[in-house]
Amino acid sequence: MEKAADKTIITVVGKDTVGIIAKVCTYLAENRMNVLDISQTIVQGYFNMMMIVDMNAAKKPFADCSEELDKLGKEIGVSIKCQREEIFQKMHRI
Amino acid sequence: MINIWEVKETNEMIEQENLDVRTITLGISLLDCIDSDLEKLNQNIYNKITAAAKNLAAAGEEIEREFAIPIVNKRISVTPIALVGGSACKAPEDFVTVAKTMDAAAKAVGVNLIGGYSALVSKGMTKADELLIRSIPMALCSTERVCSSVNLASSKTGINMDAVRLMGEILLEVAERSKDRDSVDCMKLVVFCNAPDDNPFMAGAFHGVTEADAVINIGVSGPGVVKTALEKVRGESFEVLCETIKKTAFKVTRVGQLVAQEASRMLGIPFGIIDLSLAPTPAIGDSVADILCEIGLEYAGAPGTTAALALLNDQVKKGGVMASSYVGGLSGAFIPVSEDQGMIDSVQAGAITLEKLEAMTCVCSVGLDMIAIPGDTKASAISGIIADEMALGMVNQKTTAARLIPVIGKDVGDTVEFGGLFGYAPIMPVNPFSCEAFIQRKGRIPAPIHSFKN
Repeated sequence: MEKAADKTIITVVGKDTVGIIAKVCTYLAENRMNVLDISQTIVQGYFNMMMIVDMNAAKKPFADCSEELDKLGKEIGVSIKCQREEIFQKMHRI
Repeated sequence: MINIWEVKETNEMIEQENLDVRTITLGISLLDCIDSDLEKLNQNIYNKITAAAKNLAAAGEEIEREFAIPIVNKRISVTPIALVGGSACKAPEDFVTVAKTMDAAAKAVGVNLIGGYSALVSKGMTKADELLIRSIPMALCSTERVCSSVNLASSKTGINMDAVRLMGEILLEVAERSKDRDSVDCMKLVVFCNAPDDNPFMAGAFHGVTEADAVINIGVSGPGVVKTALEKVRGESFEVLCETIKKTAFKVTRVGQLVAQEASRMLGIPFGIIDLSLAPTPAIGDSVADILCEIGLEYAGAPGTTAALALLNDQVKKGGVMASSYVGGLSGAFIPVSEDQGMIDSVQAGAITLEKLEAMTCVCSVGLDMIAIPGDTKASAISGIIADEMALGMVNQKTTAARLIPVIGKDVGDTVEFGGLFGYAPIMPVNPFSCEAFIQRKGRIPAPIHSFKN
């Protein structure tokens, strides 16, 4: 069975601009976080992206990645949020 | 795999609809702290609480960070102090030293409230019970974080009217002692009928004697989430309405269940129960009264309010029990006045009275909660209101409670400010007619017959 505990959901929400995905993916690659899935959409003019990420081999602990991504988001002008996948699994799956 | 819309829905609940975990409450048994020497007792209590709860605040913060779900309060409940202190405390002042110890321990581990300064007297009072009750005004006014509760009645034993009479006087004394701060210390005191052993919500939390040495109980919230979900089904049938509430309650409770499991794992303390209560705050969009309005009432208190609340309460439970195998505590919709902006609006519009609130408590948890009344209300009238609320719980075999705040120096038309999550409340009028002769009778009201249900 796949281990749900190791997956992290990264959400990026904000005004659409050039290079959002590139910058986030660069950070993930530099920190050895593997992207398993990406979906992206524009809702009411706002950029919405969700990434499912495997952090098993990540260089840094969860709290540091979460903080640095938050900082990166502020630089780009979007909100980046890191959450363990279980909260969504629990809420949306019986 | 989880999709973007599901992620978006969850995060909107958290960011826009005030979804949060209201409290992680760590219940700690103090039975093994009992000693006949007061100083030793206090030392044992301090050591036990600070050892058991030393990682509580940190674990809460870590869970908040990993799931990005706010955990509003981290709290502690302990074994009713009347039981723990009975052997060492020979005067009300002795019990006050225990309250101060609890306060210091709570401060040391960084929790904002500690419950369990309590006595269980539904049938009779021991000497220790009575000393503790008499020490409540002094204890609440000389501590910051200690909460007190007294169980005055149960469906099995009836109502201890001697204790009800005493509590009317005690409440006024608490009000009088904190009159320079709008009698706010009354907020930390609640009386119960059928008090649960595993309630995580203050002021009524205590760690029952039927519980394990330490246990994690969680109180979830989310009135704003239910309200938003109902906005999408305006004008639909009751079936659709009920389905929507159930599904939403399920989702909210699952978050609580997840947090409970994580907290339990991190602290190495078993998980007890999830309390399914819809607990409002004064924040806009975090109101139970607003849900009632969304169901179709102009204001909470309008005709139909009791029915709408009964429906809401039942659906929340039905959705919630599916989400967690261990549900307990108070579990229902809270209808505090001061902590709910919609309720405050209702009072100010003249839509709701104390009597209507009493009727509403028949169908929801928990009772007359955070209601400010004139400071010149007689002790017997307060005891009368408490007795009425106890009778509702006793006959209907449910938990009921009363948390009244007689605000010294203020009257109907005035408003009292409690601050923060506690909000503000307009003073509500109390029926002016006397129940003195009724309250002055000695003894107890017998337990009701549990047959011939009518």
